[in-house]
Amino acid sequence: MRKGPTDTGAPQSYDHVHKSLKHDSADKHVSGTATYIDDMVEPRGTLHAVPGWDRSNVRGRILSMDLGEVEACPGVVKVLTSMDIPGKNDCSAAFGGDPVLAEDELLFFGQVLFVVIATTREAARKAARKAKIEISPITPLITVEDAVSADLTVLPDYQFRRGSPETGFTASDQVQTGVFHIGGQEHFYLEGQVAMAVPQEDGGMHVYTSTQHPSEVQHTVAKVLGVADARVIAEVRRMGGGFGGKESQANQWAALAALGSQATGQAVKIRLDRDDDMIMTGKRHDFRVEWKIGHNAEGLIRAVDMQFLARCGYSADLSLGVCDRTMFHADSSYFYPDVVIHNRRMKTDTCSNTAFRGFGGPQGMIAAERMIDAIAIKLGKDPLDVRKLNFYNGERNVTPYGMPVEEHDVLHDVVAKLEESSDYWARREAVRAFNAKSPVLKKGLALTPVKFGISFTLKHLNQAGALVHLYTDGSVHLNHGGTEMGQGLYQKVAQVVAEEFGVSMDKVVITATSTEKVPNTAPTAASSGCDLNAMAAKKAASVIKQRLVDFVCERHQCDADAVSFRNNSVLIGDLSLPLSEVANAAHQERIHLSDAGFYSTPGITWDRDSASGRPFLYFAYGASCAEVVVDTMTGEMEVERVDLLHDVGHSINPALDMGQVEGGFVQGMGWLTTEELVWDESGKLRTHAPSTYKIPTASDIPEDFRVELYESKGNPQDTIYRSKAVGEPPVMLANSVFCAITDAVASIVPGHIPDLNAPATPENIMKAVHAMRQKAAAQRAGG
Amino acid sequence: MRDTIRFLKNGQLVTLNDVGPTDTVLDYLRLTRLETGTKEGCGEGDCGACTVAVGRLVNGELQYSPVNSCIQLVGMLDGAELVCVNDLAMDGTMHPVQQALADMGGSQCGFCTPGFVMSLFTLYHQKGKSESRKAVTEWLSGNLCRCTGYRPIVDAAMESCFKVADDVFSARSVETIAKLRELDDKRDVFIGTTERFLASPATIEGLASLYHSYPDATLVAGATDVGLWITKQLRDLPRVIWLGRLDTLSGLEESDAGVLLGASVTYQDAEDAMTRLSPDLGALWKRIGSKQVRASGTVGGNIANGSPIGDTPPALIALGATLELHSTSGSRTLALEDYFIEYGKQDRREGEFVSGVFIPRPLKNQIFRCYKISKRFDQDISSVMAAFLFTVGSNGSIDDARIAYGGMAGTPRRALGAEKSLIGASLENPSNWSVAMQALNSDFKPMSDMRAGAEYRKETARALLAKALMEASGTAGPQIRLRGPDQEAAE
Repeated sequence: MRKGPTDTGAPQSYDHVHKSLKHDSADKHVSGTATYIDDMVEPRGTLHAVPGWDRSNVRGRILSMDLGEVEACPGVVKVLTSMDIPGKNDCSAAFGGDPVLAEDELLFFGQVLFVVIATTREAARKAARKAKIEISPITPLITVEDAVSADLTVLPDYQFRRGSPETGFTASDQVQTGVFHIGGQEHFYLEGQVAMAVPQEDGGMHVYTSTQHPSEVQHTVAKVLGVADARVIAEVRRMGGGFGGKESQANQWAALAALGSQATGQAVKIRLDRDDDMIMTGKRHDFRVEWKIGHNAEGLIRAVDMQFLARCGYSADLSLGVCDRTMFHADSSYFYPDVVIHNRRMKTDTCSNTAFRGFGGPQGMIAAERMIDAIAIKLGKDPLDVRKLNFYNGERNVTPYGMPVEEHDVLHDVVAKLEESSDYWARREAVRAFNAKSPVLKKGLALTPVKFGISFTLKHLNQAGALVHLYTDGSVHLNHGGTEMGQGLYQKVAQVVAEEFGVSMDKVVITATSTEKVPNTAPTAASSGCDLNAMAAKKAASVIKQRLVDFVCERHQCDADAVSFRNNSVLIGDLSLPLSEVANAAHQERIHLSDAGFYSTPGITWDRDSASGRPFLYFAYGASCAEVVVDTMTGEMEVERVDLLHDVGHSINPALDMGQVEGGFVQGMGWLTTEELVWDESGKLRTHAPSTYKIPTASDIPEDFRVELYESKGNPQDTIYRSKAVGEPPVMLANSVFCAITDAVASIVPGHIPDLNAPATPENIMKAVHAMRQKAAAQRAGG
Repeated sequence: MRDTIRFLKNGQLVTLNDVGPTDTVLDYLRLTRLETGTKEGCGEGDCGACTVAVGRLVNGELQYSPVNSCIQLVGMLDGAELVCVNDLAMDGTMHPVQQALADMGGSQCGFCTPGFVMSLFTLYHQKGKSESRKAVTEWLSGNLCRCTGYRPIVDAAMESCFKVADDVFSARSVETIAKLRELDDKRDVFIGTTERFLASPATIEGLASLYHSYPDATLVAGATDVGLWITKQLRDLPRVIWLGRLDTLSGLEESDAGVLLGASVTYQDAEDAMTRLSPDLGALWKRIGSKQVRASGTVGGNIANGSPIGDTPPALIALGATLELHSTSGSRTLALEDYFIEYGKQDRREGEFVSGVFIPRPLKNQIFRCYKISKRFDQDISSVMAAFLFTVGSNGSIDDARIAYGGMAGTPRRALGAEKSLIGASLENPSNWSVAMQALNSDFKPMSDMRAGAEYRKETARALLAKALMEASGTAGPQIRLRGPDQEAAE
């Protein structure tokens, strides 16, 4: 059997931590016995909810909704509209403006107008199409450009500014400008949105929900039903993928199920059809970026001006944090001496764009890479040289938002190691030689860095709770506020708790995340799941352990340092007692064997109003090198080889981290290549199923794919076992693929910057190729 | 006449007498049998989460194919063995593909995993497979994973799928084969009433007469298209006739002249013959739908429905394929291009069904090329599909050209202007070709949609003609396409 990856840099003195143990549910996944919400045994009389919407209109005033025919359909029990909401008709994360069910206006294509509750899902689906909706249409704003013309935003503009970019541009040897379009991305979690609400006594509601943010589902359901938060339990054992798409976007479906349940007194399950899911829920923000960069003859950046115009959709949702993070990452890994970064959060009549792995960061970074490529192409230098020249270093080490880049040596080392292991310079020569001989197929090569800030930039989210019980048989019940969406968080936290108690993994029983066990939790997002929850769980376990140590010391008259926990036993000097015996004895002495741990990230001081302070505890680093080949007649592209090197500090579980690195890269590659969201002129999303929206398949993975974890000295910050967060940063490793395609297209006519927009579909690649040829022709014509 | 559907599951005979014409296998597993291991990801056969294995006898041997259960009808299980993820672990011991996937990090969120397990199960049992990562990724073209990035899944396949099959299914295969033979009773199946039924005739005469009586019935071969009418359009199809039990429609005849494909021959079963006919056609074949779609989908069904999703017809039209239609009043033959009248409209008369397609083999002096352009390499629908058959004279000039495109009009269509302007053109002289490129501009007025813009389609149509001519002329230089077939090995 293939050996799991090891973290060669990490201390090896632990039994469970730093070990490549498999995902806690792996055996259940492959056996089909891992239970997702739609697989749960349904309570007697469970009904099914299906959202109703209008397929012909995008935006307008709702004149009438005739639901008579819907109600008359076989199996229909109830049809609910916004009039039936006893509480507040809002499922937004923070800012309001997200109706659970439309009121007077249709805000976007796919907005839910009513919900059908029926005895079967099929009956509800059929009935939902029978509504007669009368809409007085309003011309929708679809693109960012539409919204800019109308000057409509969902949130105020924001900017970071340092020094005088105006002076900087004047002092620059050269100034490049450009406009860059970056596409959005559909999450395409394999398990679509789903929830099941089961009514409880006294108006309470137990909601099983596929969400990254159970607390928000709890609050939303309570708000919509008009009951106290304490009456609602939100529970999630696992999601079939989240990627940010079940952070705020899960609220509405849980609320609809709960509404149906409240109205009928029966359990109600809602599971969206894939097309409905893709049409109704928000996606990664797409951007128009207007950039300007001044530099010297060597390519050293002097001044930068970037305007990020984000398509936020019809409501604010999480756009504040997403767009802020775009700005926080508009520097990629480069020092901008004089800089202004603007951001406008444009309001369009489209679904409300939301969190997606990287949370705006990838868009900021790929824009930065475009600027670096532009400098290199204009100066005829290798892009990697220009990248390295502009990296943060000992002197140039403060970001545009004022945070010092402390681990710049890690950035340099990761890139240097990959430069060597990927054999970058020899391959650069080989690519050049290939292109000289190949008129149609052109190769491209790029090596790009990743520097990603870890912490929620909204300070209050950087907290977590855990609930740990030790039972008298020596088994441990583990619960925390983090959710499991495939990343292996439950497994990692369990390893930390097993280490703390010195018990074997089978003694730690992982339980579903529930708002009744750990309250007021943060979403499992921002890559923070393990950093926060493992710390909270470790604290809970260590408190219980300390009580046992105190108990043992007293009973055996020894010092605390003579007591240790290992192999399901408590070692007291030369004496070894089973943990169960010690736990039982402690219980007899009325010692509390349960604790609620709590952790809040220290050292975060970001103040948004003054745009100052430290938003991140630390940065995660990585680098990737991609080689592609492009058909310049058709725009087809193939990724031939990819080398990744990624910094996870001292990994809690190298195998799981490797899974995040590879999976994140491939997801990022999809975003930048094959995944294209297309709205037609009327504002209807046309890519709303896997038949038209293309995420990578197995054959899109490069045949030569080399992935390593960086041999780290450990996170300099005091994180859980000195590990680093890994959920999001690897997405941006895919920037190398896009830059390599840019490099291939640039090879057609040296000195011209390809107008390649993301995603680099065959069509977008051909547009860039044509633009290059036209530029060349114009240049020849101009002499 | 039989009024039940019979199939094997877990070594046991299952007999169902209450099968609706539109009941899907996925709903049967999840809602009726409460076996929830099999997941619904998309409900349109594009993600593979619902993959199950269907075992059938092919030339007397037991062959397991991966099938998207969300768009497979229960009635189509007749005479087969159904295997789903819940059936694999035996006495607490996981199947080798399960064990490898679990141990090697092949699952993260786990939702796609049962589908991968079942696809790998069918690969595990596949005979004569080549042991390579490429073979694995081809086999997995219909399974989407959003978490892992596939590397560990392919590793698990390499680890587990290329040993001699040794599981409970191989152990009882003799018994299974005997049982499947027994199930093949050659009786017509009819379940339901004259208003609402699922039928599966055993003879072509039976089919013709049934279809004559119910010309509004829906004919189903692989259900890879009709399945979506049910799951996505929520159409009620009260009368369904499944064609899968007709020996005469499932025949494949290869000769020097060409290949005759029965209408219910699946893409999968035609693949080798197509590759022998032309390596380009073989390469295209591997990119039609996914492994699952090719295992169920048929060329005949794709043509008969006039499916807007048609990457094969342009290639077949360029090769000069003809269609055979059959009804109670006899048979007729027509050129494939004449069958497609306009978008959504075909030359198929009431009571008439497609019985076969004949694809001529290119002659020694003919060069065939076809190209599929799509956003994604595997399991995508082309934005532009182009196919070329050049007949080359002894002096290197083009004596005849048949050129057909998909994605350029409402139907797959020949580029008559370009064909005409190429006649007499020299393959050695590229300046001769420009007239044909220009002619394409008047041959087609393509549309913009979610797959590509009109402008891109037009220029790509020209580029592909140029590419075909460059390749045919042998002046192309080292290599001018990314993932084409190995021409030299084949020609």
